[in-house]
Amino acid sequence: MNANLQFDFIVDKENSVLTVIREFAAEPQMVWDAYTKKELLEKWFAPRPWTAKTGHMDFREGGHWLYAMCGPDGEEHWARMDYQSITPITEYIAQDLFCDAEGNPNTALPQSEWKVEFKPTTEGNTVAHNTIKYNSLADLEVVLKMGMQEGLTMTLEQLDELLGTMKNK
Amino acid sequence: MKLRRDPFQAIADPTRRAILVLLATQSMTAGAIAKNFDVARPTISKHMQVLQECELIEGSQEGREITYTIKAENMKAIDQWLEQFRKIWEDRFSQLDNLFITMKKEKK
Repeated sequence: MNANLQFDFIVDKENSVLTVIREFAAEPQMVWDAYTKKELLEKWFAPRPWTAKTGHMDFREGGHWLYAMCGPDGEEHWARMDYQSITPITEYIAQDLFCDAEGNPNTALPQSEWKVEFKPTTEGNTVAHNTIKYNSLADLEVVLKMGMQEGLTMTLEQLDELLGTMKNK
Repeated sequence: MKLRRDPFQAIADPTRRAILVLLATQSMTAGAIAKNFDVARPTISKHMQVLQECELIEGSQEGREITYTIKAENMKAIDQWLEQFRKIWEDRFSQLDNLFITMKKEKK
């Protein structure tokens, strides 16, 4: 992890809103692509050791990304990111919901609203503001119980080590 | 047998969250808490009961009234749980950093 890059994680318990602010050493166009193109999203969206795969991608207002979080033991959790409004390279708003492999929504599981904004810095970097609104904090726990805990067993030190070896390639 | 509930059940309700916010700064009697809400007193009592079962607050009898105090150490458990979520995002974004390094190399 680069200590020089801004990272803020703010939890508004009262309103069940998570705000994750992160600076990236890349220009807005590149960050925008990483957030909106399936082949790039698949490379980072799932926390390790989980991986993401795409069932369908139609990045436009009214379109959606149908994706699965795939676990190390072969388990799959399908979800959909429904794009509601898009302002290229600046921001988008989407509804994230769980579904089956065909994209049929599972209304029993929590939904969240994502607003992602991208702001250029004077150094040529990009700051991404991720605002995620849940119906309740309890919903967040359900999301965690879907299996993401396993991604946490890897300590940050191990992660740094892994990133180090990947950069050397 | 003592009934134990999940603290996340406690904070899932907006009225209970508001009660915790009130108690965060001071101990209060049930009557004083109820005055802040536009709902029937028994409804507030029920919320207080859930909060107590989740061990996020504790009550002590003082005369005819019960005074409630927040249990800070158990509220901390919620913060620790949220910390896990923070790690997921850190992990995600570390992967994204790595992706940008690769993308920049490919551009050259």
